[in-house]
Order: sequence, then structure tokens, then C-alpha cells
Amino acid sequence: MLFKMFITFFKIGAFTIGGGYAMIPLIQEEVVEKNKWLTTEEFLDVIAIAEVTPGPVAVNTSTYVGYKIYGLKGALFCTLGTILPSFLIILVIVKFLWKYRQNEIADKVFLGIRPAVAALIFSAVYKIGKTMKTTRTTLAISVVTVLLIVLLDISPIYIILVAAIGSIGYFRSKENKL
Amino acid sequence: MTLVKLFLSFLKIGAFSFGGGYAMLPLIEKETIEIHGWLTTKEFIDILAVVEMTPGPVAINSATFLGYKVAGVWGSVVATIGVVLPSIVIILIIAHFLSKFRDSPYVDWAFRGIRPVVLGLIVSASITVARNAFIDVKSVIIGVVLFYFLAFKKLHPILAIVIAGVIGAFVF
Repeated sequence: MLFKMFITFFKIGAFTIGGGYAMIPLIQEEVVEKNKWLTTEEFLDVIAIAEVTPGPVAVNTSTYVGYKIYGLKGALFCTLGTILPSFLIILVIVKFLWKYRQNEIADKVFLGIRPAVAALIFSAVYKIGKTMKTTRTTLAISVVTVLLIVLLDISPIYIILVAAIGSIGYFRSKENKL
Repeated sequence: MTLVKLFLSFLKIGAFSFGGGYAMLPLIEKETIEIHGWLTTKEFIDILAVVEMTPGPVAINSATFLGYKVAGVWGSVVATIGVVLPSIVIILIIAHFLSKFRDSPYVDWAFRGIRPVVLGLIVSASITVARNAFIDVKSVIIGVVLFYFLAFKKLHPILAIVIAGVIGAFVF
């Protein structure tokens, strides 16, 4: 099991191109859909925690996913899996390929990969939206979040904290009325 | 001594950056260029270009690369461990704490409000990525076609990336 988790996150680490969010579709595919280690809701909770805690989102996510699946050992194996490909690839690049950094083919390959990463994240949104229980209220919250971030550039941390406090207040007052 | 300084610098970077790799870059710049003078600004920009194009989390790539520049392979090891250690420790504490209070209604209530926000976060991330990715008709076609196969035909994400890279090499 631990070995399988390590290999899965090694794969995820090796194909995460362009930062933490590019990792979400890969984790969604491998951890939620294929291996069913987490439900969609649990996965969203993990991303929320990874966002509000300091440190690289990718490391936060893999540590937490690993912990949820297999405790402390799981956390360590998944995190190591995520880090190792980067570490090895970068070492190879600095030692052997640094002088070829102005490479035309590599530039073209990345021009192709960028739209693929966008497509990946859109498809993750589609799949998460499909499996998540959505109501008119949750949809409104999602839309407001997008507007706050895209138009006003507000940090996700504040939005998450406000949503958590607001939600607790809402459900508590609802409970008190009953 | 350099190794210890390198480790402490990246420990600080890991502990005080919120929101992932890109949010980390100003901190890295401050530590490596302004405070310690390990790199010049030009070297830093060159490294960034490579870090963004290389697979893997931006934070890990930067730490490994900068560590190597400053102190060789051991520099890489030390900087990378430094940058991930705070994350691992903090996440384990939170995970442990949350699993204890799993049945508390408060935790459940909080997450019910947070989940739609996270969906919104991912949508915003896709908008940011799309802005940089869709630069001409060809890139839009690649994106739309791949989205169709990913969302409706169960194309594996890794395969999608490989295919897109190969197509990119030929059409651009």
C-alpha cells in the first residue's frame, strides 16, 4: 500500500507542470477516481487546509492526503513521492543541461502543454462540480469567490476563513431555532 | 556554515509563504539576493524561467536549483528539506487535530461553507492558467479538444500532457 502511494505521488509530482494547482486534476484522477482513497468532499477539504497553511500547496496537499489514507507513514511516503521527481530533474538540468537553456523545441513543447494544463484544470472543475452536492447557495458562494479573486485579487486565505466562520454562524443559528 | 544558513533561509521561506510556489518567489528573492547575496538578479530570473518549465512544484524546483547554485548537491538537499519541513509538521498537527474533532458539528459546518469556496479557487486558478495558455487559435483548439477527451472520454491527465507536448513541438 505505502509503495503504491509512493509511486502514485511520484507520477503526480513528475507531471505537475506550473505549480500547485496543476496538481489538482492529477490527484483528482489518481486518488479520488481511480484508487478511491478519498471522496470528492474530503479532497476539497484537503485543498482548503493546504491553502490556509503556509508552505508549498503541493507539499501540503500530498502530506495531508497521505495522512488521511495511511497516517504518519502515508504522509511521509506521499510527500517524498511528490518531491523526488522535481529534485532529480532539477539536478540533472543544472548539472548537464544548463547550457542548453535557450532551446527552441523545449519552448514549443511548453506552448503545447500550457493549454493542456488549462484543459486539465477545467476538466477537474467539471468533475468536482458534477460529484459535489451543489445547491443555489453553494453555487453563489463559488461564483462570489471567483469574482473576489479574479477581479479584486483578494487572498484565498481570507475568503476561506470568512466562509468557515460564516458557515458555522449560519448552521448554529439554524440549529438554535429548531 | 553556508549549509546551515541555506537550511535556515529555506525553512523561513517554507514557514512564511502562503498560497503556493509563486507566492514564495518574493521571499526567496529577498533571502537569496538581498540578505545573503548568493545570487544576482539576472541569475535569479534565468533560474525562474527554468523552474516554471520543469515538472514539479515550483517551490521544490526553486529550492533544489538555488541550493545547488549556492552549495552543490548538498545545498540542494538542505534547501529542499528546509522548504518542505514546516509544511509537513504543520499539516500533520492540523490533520491530527482535525481527525480528533471529526464528529464535532463545528468542523462539519465550517467545511460545508469552505467547499464551494475551494471550487471557486480552482475555477480562478484555471482562469489564470487559461490567460497565459490561450495565446492563439492553435492553443485554443488544443485546449478545447483535450478538455472534451478529459471530461467525457476518460483520457488520463498524464497522457493529455504528453500528447499536448508532442503536438506543441510540431505546430508552433
